[in-house]
Amino acid sequence: MSHPKETLLSLLTMMLRIRMFEESLVDPILRGEVRTPCHLYSGQEAIAVGICTALSKDDHVFGNHRSHGHFLAKGGSMKALAAEIYCRESGCSRGRGGSMHLIDPNVGMLGSAPIVAGTISLAVGAALASSIRKDGRVAVSFFGDGATGEGVLYESLNFSALKKLPLIFACENNLYATHMPIRECRVDIPISKIAEPFDIKRYTVDGNDVLQVYEVSQKVVEICRSGNGPVFIEFMTYRFRGHVGPDDNIQGTHTDIRPKDEVEMWLKKDPILRFEKYLIDNGLIDEKELHEIRENVCREVQESVDFALNSPIPFKEDLRRNVFA
Amino acid sequence: MSLRRILPYSLAINEALHQTMQVDESVFLIGQGVKSPWYVGNTAQGLLERFGEDRVVDTPVSENAVTGSAVGAAIAGMWPVIVHPRIDFMLYAMDPIVNEAANWYYMNGGNACVPVVFWGIINRGGEQAAQHSQALHGLFAHIPGLKVVMPSTAYDAKGLMIASIRDDNPVVFIDDRWLYGVQDDVPEKFYEVPIGKAAVRKQGRDVTIVANSYMAYLAKRAAEKLVDKGIDAEVIDLRTIKPLDKELLIDSARKTGRLVIADGGWSSFGIAAEIEAVVFEEAFSYMKSSPVRVTLPDVPAPASASLEKAYYPTEQDIINAVLKVLS
Repeated sequence: MSHPKETLLSLLTMMLRIRMFEESLVDPILRGEVRTPCHLYSGQEAIAVGICTALSKDDHVFGNHRSHGHFLAKGGSMKALAAEIYCRESGCSRGRGGSMHLIDPNVGMLGSAPIVAGTISLAVGAALASSIRKDGRVAVSFFGDGATGEGVLYESLNFSALKKLPLIFACENNLYATHMPIRECRVDIPISKIAEPFDIKRYTVDGNDVLQVYEVSQKVVEICRSGNGPVFIEFMTYRFRGHVGPDDNIQGTHTDIRPKDEVEMWLKKDPILRFEKYLIDNGLIDEKELHEIRENVCREVQESVDFALNSPIPFKEDLRRNVFA
Repeated sequence: MSLRRILPYSLAINEALHQTMQVDESVFLIGQGVKSPWYVGNTAQGLLERFGEDRVVDTPVSENAVTGSAVGAAIAGMWPVIVHPRIDFMLYAMDPIVNEAANWYYMNGGNACVPVVFWGIINRGGEQAAQHSQALHGLFAHIPGLKVVMPSTAYDAKGLMIASIRDDNPVVFIDDRWLYGVQDDVPEKFYEVPIGKAAVRKQGRDVTIVANSYMAYLAKRAAEKLVDKGIDAEVIDLRTIKPLDKELLIDSARKTGRLVIADGGWSSFGIAAEIEAVVFEEAFSYMKSSPVRVTLPDVPAPASASLEKAYYPTEQDIINAVLKVLS
């Protein structure tokens, strides 16, 4: 399938925005300047970017604990994201949410939350709302392989299939539920098969191939919009960083428990390097353009972090603001 | 000329649903048994026929996902009412209620409100035992970010249901099947009873009885009987558990200097304990005697009718408590 150059560059740019933003947090986390638990998205960018590029601004998305990428890909402001992670008043959640509560209703990013599987049913609700209003919106639930251990997922599969809701179950299978390798916490059956008993269309997609993600997403968005949802997609991927923090399971302690050769094998499948190579090999972009894009993103990241650091911290007098009961 | 319009409590709720759904297309009712009089009494009668299956959604037995769906729909701009015909089953939905809905507005910096009503029905007695009888308002009232209302009259049932639906924030609306037959004046007009305001059901000088839901119904009757004994009790019906109308309670306690709290929940760490704390913090020097709580004992609900009789507090228990604080 051929795509306009503009689309290809926008896929690349968005992936780079996520990657470079995430990587900018590594040192501040290790230095203790960023304290909110950051579940970095490096390595999984193609999924958020491929799906969200296939959505319209009005479509609704719910994220999870690892949602910096979902927030940016859905159109959230990098400055508001940075400010939230630095827990500033100018953050998208005014410094009350931190890294795990990212929201921007104006671009359809309806929120994220770290209770595993906790937002799946919320996305069902957003899809239910659009089916009642008949407004054509599609909802996406982003969750990880760990969430397949939670009962609410299966309730949600049944209920959304029963009501034929315009909902995409986007399961990002990065092979680990926190510290647990998937083979130790799930039967050895492809995750996408859990959709079968509910007669939900299912796909397994290379989550490190942004074009494949984008193309499948375009197709399933259409399926949902035409009243034939829900749809389940399992994205095979890998996180380059720790469960939380740069390289470990306890932010800042350097204790990645994953086998070294496994990590190295996946680093070779880096979705950004792969896509850049594809664009260059096919003459769709040259080194100079690529360099320019990277420079621009680098500048945006720097400006966003500066914005965050120059923003006021919440006043303690405002502790009780927004409490109504 | 005043035309009285008497309606039972259950039909007052029904009228609130009809009127709010008529007024705003964003309102919808979802939950197990909304098609079934067996589950929800006559509170949902006529809704399906009038508003259709899109807005009157009967559901699988999946409290967690279905309640979460109501929360998600609210975040997406709808005004859902999710009903749990037995509040005991609502415990399956604690994640969407507590983790998500209650926290959502605060933890997202006020950028998204969750105008959902969690309607839980207390359906007890009749030897139904521990999992079909619980009153869990104390649990919900503990959580910052949840409003909790418990009407005791038909008038309030309608007005508080309308207010709960139209509130921008999550409201736990708890009613008691034992009140469904209670009848009083219910105007046909569309009206709200403000959340957070208690009502003085009877003015009095000698003792303050604070009660809610079915216990408020019993407290009024107890106060009438106390008149015959020459005791002038003031009866306050909380109507809203949270936010608590502290001012009214404190003023009344300062006036009478004596306090009885009648609550249909458990004693320890419950509503009655909270009210004692509030009154003692603000009116200690005015108090003439120790307060008395009339609540469930800290015991799961038993099945056997003989034990149920010992379990549920009665009008006589309230009278005895009043006599105790006056002695």
